[in-house]
Amino acid sequence: MKDRWWMITLIGRDAPGIVAALTCALADGGCNLGETSMLRLGGNFTVMMMVSGAVDESALRALFDPVVCERGLCLHIDPIEADLHEHLIPNLQVTVSGADRAGIVAQVTGALADGGFNILDLESDVAGTPDAPVYILQISGVSNEPVDTVERRLIPLRTEGISLNVTLVETYIG
Amino acid sequence: MAVLDILKLPDPRLKQVSELVAGFDETLRAFIDDLEDTRRAGPAAVGIAAPQVGVFRRIVILDCSQTRKLVPNHGHLVLVNPEITYWEGYEPGREGCLSVPDYTGNVIRATHIHLVAHDPYGELLEFDMKGFEARAAQHEIDHLDGLLFIDRVVSRRTDLFRRKVYRKDRRN
Repeated sequence: MKDRWWMITLIGRDAPGIVAALTCALADGGCNLGETSMLRLGGNFTVMMMVSGAVDESALRALFDPVVCERGLCLHIDPIEADLHEHLIPNLQVTVSGADRAGIVAQVTGALADGGFNILDLESDVAGTPDAPVYILQISGVSNEPVDTVERRLIPLRTEGISLNVTLVETYIG
Repeated sequence: MAVLDILKLPDPRLKQVSELVAGFDETLRAFIDDLEDTRRAGPAAVGIAAPQVGVFRRIVILDCSQTRKLVPNHGHLVLVNPEITYWEGYEPGREGCLSVPDYTGNVIRATHIHLVAHDPYGELLEFDMKGFEARAAQHEIDHLDGLLFIDRVVSRRTDLFRRKVYRKDRRN
């Protein structure tokens, strides 16, 4: 069987040792990792990883099965094209922070999508306290529009208590 | 004049500390011409350091005059034996490297620096740099000390909450 690429998604309650257990299972099964994102969201640990190997979906599931059962993880597997070595470089960053309110991400990303903004990376956190949660959103991506045009798109969202900034990302290459 | 080969990760020579330049002669200036040709040949390269082409001498070139949005800069600079004597402030910014193809990441750098160096003829130079140009100088001088920007990369999540732990390794 030829090597194929898979996107593996795993989530579960955070606890020490999840990454080690998953990646040991993969290595023992002769699979290789590509790019991954592994982080804690709230009290959950989330894993998305590109995996390559001469395996089909059922063999992959069998590799993960002991860890998934032991730790009560949810597993999802999709076949993908790898498309490695084609990183895009972000040229714009949008940061939003303020009192948490419903719909802020939808409004910001909707306004950005109207201008053809390609989101490469979005991270959001709920900071503050349970009584006064603060939402912090950081988006970086590729825009064909200049900073002031993107800012104009977002101005209507700049309401009381919401801070919203658009900055040019000048990547230093040296 | 020639475009030189760029050392690329994981070449262990990129970790080598470069030596001070002692002689300001025609050989040095001929090498600087080649280094400049190599910088110009690199895709979107703003700066370059001698060890990136396998010459372990303390020489860097940077030119921050061609950015999309004009930034404070001193034009095209050839800095021999550069040394940062003062730095202040810190902010994250995105960096990439000719020696690390297809990867960019966020690095925290000092926002204001004072730098002393020599020109290719041995004359003393001094600059107060800020922002992008200060970042450029710090990135290139790191190369002279065997450090790559990937040694300093932080995630945006990290820099929100952990900026205060930053230290400049060279001085510690």
